[in-house]
Amino acid sequence: MSQTRKQLLTDPLVDNNPITLQVLGICSALAVTSSLNVAFVMSLAVIAVCGFSSLFISFLRHYIPNSIRIIVQMVIIASLVILVDQIIKAYAYEISKTLSVFVGLIITNCIVMGRAEAFAMKNKPFESFVDGVGNGLGYSLLLMSVGVVRELFGSGSLFGIMIFEPVSNGGWYVPNGLLLLPPSAFFIIGFIIWGVRTWKKSQVEAREYKIQTLEEH
Amino acid sequence: MSKLNNILTKFKNMPVDGMTKTLFVAITLCLVCSMVVSFAAVNLKEVQEVNKAIDKQKNILQVAGLYYEGIDVEKSFSSFEPIVVDLNQGKFTNRFDPLTFDDKKAAQDPQLSISLKEDPASIGRRTNFATVYLLKKEDGSLDKVILPIHGYGLWSTLYGFIALEKNGNDIFGLQFYQHAETPGLGAEVDNPKWKAQWKGKKINNDNGELMITVAKTQKYKDHHIDALAGATLTSNGVDNLVKFWMGEAGFKKFLTNLQNGAA
Repeated sequence: MSQTRKQLLTDPLVDNNPITLQVLGICSALAVTSSLNVAFVMSLAVIAVCGFSSLFISFLRHYIPNSIRIIVQMVIIASLVILVDQIIKAYAYEISKTLSVFVGLIITNCIVMGRAEAFAMKNKPFESFVDGVGNGLGYSLLLMSVGVVRELFGSGSLFGIMIFEPVSNGGWYVPNGLLLLPPSAFFIIGFIIWGVRTWKKSQVEAREYKIQTLEEH
Repeated sequence: MSKLNNILTKFKNMPVDGMTKTLFVAITLCLVCSMVVSFAAVNLKEVQEVNKAIDKQKNILQVAGLYYEGIDVEKSFSSFEPIVVDLNQGKFTNRFDPLTFDDKKAAQDPQLSISLKEDPASIGRRTNFATVYLLKKEDGSLDKVILPIHGYGLWSTLYGFIALEKNGNDIFGLQFYQHAETPGLGAEVDNPKWKAQWKGKKINNDNGELMITVAKTQKYKDHHIDALAGATLTSNGVDNLVKFWMGEAGFKKFLTNLQNGAA
């Protein structure tokens, strides 16, 4: 793989992460991260939808009339999402019940739309595919990080395997119930964004205005 | 032939943003996408139905307290005997094959259901025939009765099972297998701690009056289930649906007959 293509894949992981830098796709990140199994299946679904929608949209980019381009993108994305949803329902029924509407809501995930509109409409199919997969991976990386914290401290397990024996099972660990509720993901994502921006100063946004002091006045 | 070629060249040279091509792209795309989607839906339907059936059996095992991780669902389920019950008569019926009878479909069929005037569970129509599951002991005597129940919560219809001891009055367990209540609030009907409350509660008092209640404050110890915090409407829904299905319009006649050996 050439240097630029590699960059397309790795850039969205940290340097241009769709969640931490662009703050997109937060909604599902809150909902599906309370257990890693669910977060993992959701990640695979988003990677697949994001990659293939970019691929198909890029194939069609010269034929898509400008006036209906958003609808065309939506139709392609929606069809892929239904496809993924049907497959999950057939082969991972238990998980499909927990994911419920959130697979369907990938249609409205700004990351998928964003890549289609910003990248796939202007670039070659293979590059678009790599870019889509890269962004899907960036989303997954964050989803899994949040999932690790929430499941480990919220239920004392990882991927459903007991790590800390909770008190209710006769162990020593008192699970933190807040972490199983959606708002906790806000805190965790907030801390992650803080951490990333302390590490990579270039991601800090410039101030739009500065509060004047009295002396300057 | 040249005429067709002419039309094709003309079409090719049209601007992408023109009306004709816009319509062409829109229609072709919709056709292709709908074909892909329906192909997937039709082909995967069978696998999905099998999953649903196993899930239902699993829930029946769970509500009867027989489920554990890694169990062979289909094998363990053979200790249950599915039977169709005529709710109006309160008796078993052999009009339908219990293995293929679909309660949900029957509730839509005017021949097989009644429209409810008093409808506390907000289900619209009630089926006249319901599939119940009898759990037998090894010696063939009745151990538990599992009854299907459903009713409206806050966002969705909750579908579930209630397991009763053989006296038809003591609850062994309650479980919903399908609902779309708010995660973290109404969806706590799936919480094992909350479900554990149902065990040992009595539906009717000694005078045969329907007493089981889901409420915030406790009135009658033997008949009280704590409502879910932050989910008043879901709790009310569960209260209504349990009362409805355990009442005259529900399984009461059948349960009485079962006790008297008249079912």
